[in-house]
Amino acid sequence: MPHTVLSRYISFFRIRFTASLQYRAAAIAGILTQFAWGGLMILLFRAFYESDPSAFPLPFESLTTYIWLQQSLLTLLVPWAYNTDIMDSIQNGTVAYELCRPTDLYTMWFVKNVADRVAKVCLRGLPILIVAALLPAPYGFSPPAGGINFLLFVISIAFGHIVVVALNMLVFISAFYTTSTQGTRILFNMLSDFLCGGVIPLPFFPPAVLAVLTFLPFSSIQNTPFLLYTGYYQTASAILNICLQIIWIVVLVGGGRLWLGKAFRKVTILGG
Amino acid sequence: MICVEHIAKTFKVARREAGFGRAVKALFRKEYTCIHALDDLSFTIPDGEIVGYIGPNGAGKSSTIKILSGILVPDSGTCVINGRVPWKERKEHVQRIGVVFGQRSQLWWDVPVGDSFDLLKEIYLIDDVRYKKNVEDLTELLDLGDLLQSPVRSLSLGQRMRCEIAASLLHDPDILFLDEPTIGLDAVSKLAVRSFIKTLNEQRHTTVLLTTHDMNDIEALAQRIILIGRGHILMDTTLADFIDRAACSEVSPTGGASGEKEDKRLEELTASLYTKLGI
Repeated sequence: MPHTVLSRYISFFRIRFTASLQYRAAAIAGILTQFAWGGLMILLFRAFYESDPSAFPLPFESLTTYIWLQQSLLTLLVPWAYNTDIMDSIQNGTVAYELCRPTDLYTMWFVKNVADRVAKVCLRGLPILIVAALLPAPYGFSPPAGGINFLLFVISIAFGHIVVVALNMLVFISAFYTTSTQGTRILFNMLSDFLCGGVIPLPFFPPAVLAVLTFLPFSSIQNTPFLLYTGYYQTASAILNICLQIIWIVVLVGGGRLWLGKAFRKVTILGG
Repeated sequence: MICVEHIAKTFKVARREAGFGRAVKALFRKEYTCIHALDDLSFTIPDGEIVGYIGPNGAGKSSTIKILSGILVPDSGTCVINGRVPWKERKEHVQRIGVVFGQRSQLWWDVPVGDSFDLLKEIYLIDDVRYKKNVEDLTELLDLGDLLQSPVRSLSLGQRMRCEIAASLLHDPDILFLDEPTIGLDAVSKLAVRSFIKTLNEQRHTTVLLTTHDMNDIEALAQRIILIGRGHILMDTTLADFIDRAACSEVSPTGGASGEKEDKRLEELTASLYTKLGI
């Protein structure tokens, strides 16, 4: 088999994938947590909806679907579910080994993160969706609003995934500049979860705030694919939001590459 | 062929004296000191040589290795290894060198060693035949046996280090940089590592640059010694000459330095040489 650069990254993907698969107990615990969390969110929103359903931008069925998608695809799309190995390696100097490999560091780390997230979601995502689909009508997971919606949803998931990993890359690269990564991590985790719709779905924000949030990279991560799935977006805003995803991919990946190149030139590996 | 000329590297380090008051002061105004890790470093290593690169802690050994392996960019000076400047043609350069950092691990912690090797095969684009042969050879020479099937987390330090060294050689590098490869190893593992390095050098003609604090490593392996202290090269000589000069630096109460030198352990001689040189 001829060696190609692509096969290099495929095998990179494979080793991370198989390594992640061995953590069965973590997967089971994750499924239970996400299921409980999703259920509590739905019960909480039900209380609000009972007082005045018309006050909400999303029908209740769309909201529950949004929440179940969010919970089942958590490890794929949530900004804080990144692997801290890379940051640790920068902190403790093991990164020295990665720097003396004949590979592109950005691509290598990117692939490693994609592999971790995809492997985890393979184990955890489907069971949650299946159980959620079996729940009675307003509480369960509903099918997509239409065939075209589903197609756009799938494309948009892929884009959203690239956006979130590209954002994580920026957090990793920042580790070259800080003594401890804890502060950056806490700030990023909290802020990004809020801004991407992890606490409350983005359409629930006041219109003025939403207008700003829509144009931030965080809304490209999960809000766009989920709202495409539930049919919330009309054609024009569907196109706009997918275009925004593409723009953010270009900006974040391009910026991350430039920044890593710069960090690389001034890197100092302490000790040893 | 490694050719280093007038390499210098300075690190800026924030420092303050101990104590709460000083810490508060440092919040507002940080004081930096420049540490000249490397200062006007020059040496040449021809192909196929084993060079022992020694010096006390903090002398600049690891910094040199990092520059030679393309990780660190020096402030000034030039370095050409097999016709390439490491930090300018990094990818092409690292394809031809192997590096072992004794205090770090390049193996994936949660998978069997063999999986890490397979990944390195892809990273270095090693073809199947060569890879298979190298794994067989290295398994035999380093006595890896069935270690390749064990997850890295279950290996002892000595076992892991042998795997680390094998991992650095899968792609047939011309040059091997070993940064404290015997640190923390027991006597048996040390001997195994030493005899392996010797065999490798004899059979494959691999150039080896070895840093270590264990003078027995040096005695067993190096034909040539480069001594570095405070970023300067203080001595670049043969092993025999190094021992002579170290012995002369010994201030023996009986005055019979030369007669006793055989009995003195090389380690003690080296220590007194360091003291004499003030490093």
